[in-house]
Amino acid sequence: MTAAPEADGPLGQLAGRRPIIVCCGSGGVGKTTTAAVLALAGARQGRDAVVVTIDPAKRLANALGLDALSNTAHEIDRSRWDPDGTAAPEGRLSALMLDTKSTFDHLVLKYSTDPAQGERILENRFYRNISGFLSGTQEYMAMEKLHELHEEGGYELIVIDTPPTRNALDFLDAPARLTRLLDNKLFRLVMAPTRASFKVANLALQAVFRSVSRIIGTEVVEDLVLFFQAFEGMEDGFRQRAHRVLELLSDEGTAFVLVTAPARDAVSEAGYFADRLENAGLAISGLVVNRIHPEFGADVPAPPPGATAEIGELYANLADFVELSKRERAHLEGLERSVPGPPGGHPRTPGVPIVRVPLLEVEVCDIASLSEVGGYLLGPASNGTASNGRVGAG
Amino acid sequence: MELAEWCSSSRVIIVAGKGGVGKTTTAATLAVAAARAGRRVLLVELEGKSGLPSMFGFESISGELEVYPGLTILPLAADEALLEYLEDHGLKRMSKRLVQSGVLDIVATAVPGMKEILVLGRVKALQRERAADVIVVDGPAAGHAVTFLLSPKGLLDAVRVGPVLTQALEVTEMLADPERAQVMLVTLPEETPVNETAETAETLVDRIGLTLGPLVVNGLYPDRPLAGLTSPEEVRALAGGAIPDGEVEHLARAARFLTRRRHLQEEQLARLADRLDLGRVVLPFLFASDIGRAELEILSEAMAAGFSALPVGA
Repeated sequence: MTAAPEADGPLGQLAGRRPIIVCCGSGGVGKTTTAAVLALAGARQGRDAVVVTIDPAKRLANALGLDALSNTAHEIDRSRWDPDGTAAPEGRLSALMLDTKSTFDHLVLKYSTDPAQGERILENRFYRNISGFLSGTQEYMAMEKLHELHEEGGYELIVIDTPPTRNALDFLDAPARLTRLLDNKLFRLVMAPTRASFKVANLALQAVFRSVSRIIGTEVVEDLVLFFQAFEGMEDGFRQRAHRVLELLSDEGTAFVLVTAPARDAVSEAGYFADRLENAGLAISGLVVNRIHPEFGADVPAPPPGATAEIGELYANLADFVELSKRERAHLEGLERSVPGPPGGHPRTPGVPIVRVPLLEVEVCDIASLSEVGGYLLGPASNGTASNGRVGAG
Repeated sequence: MELAEWCSSSRVIIVAGKGGVGKTTTAATLAVAAARAGRRVLLVELEGKSGLPSMFGFESISGELEVYPGLTILPLAADEALLEYLEDHGLKRMSKRLVQSGVLDIVATAVPGMKEILVLGRVKALQRERAADVIVVDGPAAGHAVTFLLSPKGLLDAVRVGPVLTQALEVTEMLADPERAQVMLVTLPEETPVNETAETAETLVDRIGLTLGPLVVNGLYPDRPLAGLTSPEEVRALAGGAIPDGEVEHLARAARFLTRRRHLQEEQLARLADRLDLGRVVLPFLFASDIGRAELEILSEAMAAGFSALPVGA
C-alpha cells in the first residue's frame, strides 16, 4: 500500500506545505506514529523531511533505522521508506531520537564564554539534576532541538513528537521556567558574594541560606553556589534563545497537530491541551483521533431462533463491538464540540479538521503499516473541514 | 494466592504504569477488590486530577473522603508535603518566604526527589500508624515511577546530613521490605507498554530492591472461539442461510477483527512471559461503558479471581 495518492486531505496538505509540525497529546495515543507518518508523507511529496521522536517503540525505531539516542539526524535509506519507488524523486527522509541530556550539554557548551566555564557547569551536580530531572527539561530540549534543526538543518519539513507525559505542553513554560531560575534575584544575591551588591544582602537572606543548609546540608548549597557562579554571563544567551524558540512556535508556518483517542480520559486531556494551546495563542491545525475501533453496523441484531452456541458467540461478539462503537462515537462527538475553539470561532482556528484513524488489525511497526495508517491520517477530514494550511512554505 | 491476604498488615502497594495503560483504573480496581474483601483501604492519589474521584462518581475531592464502603481516597500533593515538612522542622515562618522567593523551587530542583521523598515519607508514616489495612498508591507514570521510587537512593547520594537524609533512609528501608511495600506494575498487551514494563521491572528490582507483586495486564479482549468464522463464506456455511447477508458481513468482519487483535495481544503476553518472571493477573477489555463504580466492581471480581489462580508467593 502506498501513501502518495490519498495525501491530499488536511494533514496530507500540512505535510506538503508547512515547515514545522508539532504533534502533541497525552501518552499512549499514537503521537510517535502520527509524527512518523507525517514526515514520511512530506518526503513522499518530494520534501526534505526529518522526524524528531522522543521515545519510539523499538520496532518502529528499527523500521526508521534508529538504533540509539542520537543528537544528530541521519537520513533513512530511500529503499526503506519508498520500497516500490513511487515517491517523488527529490524527497528525503531523516530521523532523530532525542537525547535530552546531550542536547542540554550542547547548549551549555555553545553559550559558555570559554571551554572551562562549560566544563565546570557540566560537572556540577546541580546542573546534572536540572538536565536530567527538572520537570519540563525534556519538553524544552525537544523544542530546542526543533529550533536548531530549523536554523541549521536546512530541512523543508520538521515533524516533532512531544514527550509522552501528562504535562506534554510544559515545553510552553519550560524556557521561561529555566530563565526564571537563572533570574532569581534572591539567590543571585546570596550566591554571588564577590559582588558589591552582597554588601546589602540583609541578614534575612543569610538566615534563609542557613535554614536551607540545615535541611539539606551545606554540600548541596555549595553545589548551588558553584552552579550560579559558573553560569555567570550565560543567562542572556539562554534567555534570547528561549525567546526565539517561543517565536518559532508561534510562527504562522508552525502547525500543531493534536493526537487523541476515543476514550474518556484521552478526550478530556485533548480538551485541556486545546485550551492551553489556544491560551498561548497557538493554533491547532489538525486533530487526529487514533485507534478508533472499526464499526460493524449500527444495531445489535438478534441471533436467529435456535442458533447454535457458535453462532451465539458470533452475535455476542458483534454486540460487543457495536456497543463499543456507540461509546466511542459519543466521545468523538464530545471532542468535536469541545476542540474547535470557542463558539463563534476564534480567528486563528476556523474549524479544526478532524481525521479519524482506525485501530488496525496489525501492529504499526514498519513502513508498510505506517503507510496503512497514512491512508487514513492523510485523507479527508471526518468533519468536512478543509485544511487551514494557508502558509505555503514548502 | 489470595488478594485479601496480599492486601493486609498495612502494606503499601504502589501501582505503576506508563500513561494510557489504565494505571489509575487498576489502582481503583485493587482498592475496590480489597474493600470488598473486608479490608480498610486507603487509596492515595498523588498527582491530583488523576480521574480517580470521577470513577467513584465524585467530580473532585479536596481532602480525605470515603468514596466506597471501606475505601477512602487521600490526595497527597508534593508541595504541601514539603511545606508541612518545613513546618514540622521549625521553619514555619521561613517556609512562606522560601516559597515566595522561589528558593524552595530551586532547592527542590537541586535535590532530586526531594519532593518525592517527602510524599513517600508521608506514605511511610501512614504505614507506621497502621492507618488502614492496605495503602494503595496510584503512582506516577512509568518513566516517572522509576524516578519517583529511585528518589530516596538518589537523595542518599546527594545529601549526607540532616533530617531529609533520615527520611530518605527510612523510606528506602520501607521500600526494600516486601512485608511493608510492594509494587504492582500495570501494562497493556501491546509492544511499547510491554517493553517499558520489562525495563521498569528490572530497574526497580535491581536498583531499589523492591518486591514486585503480580503484574496486571489490562484490556484483554475475550477469547471467543471464532477463528474459523472470520469470512462471510464461513459464517454463511455455518448458518445455512438463516442469517441475512448484511448481518453475515458484519458478523464475519467483527469476528476477524477480534481474532486478529486477540492474536496480537497473545503474542505480547508471550513476550511479557519471556521477559518477566512474575505472576500475572489479566483484566478484561470493557466494551460497553466508561469506568464507573459498576465497572470497577466487575474488574475487581476479575482481579480477585486472577489472584486466586496464582500460586502462593507468586
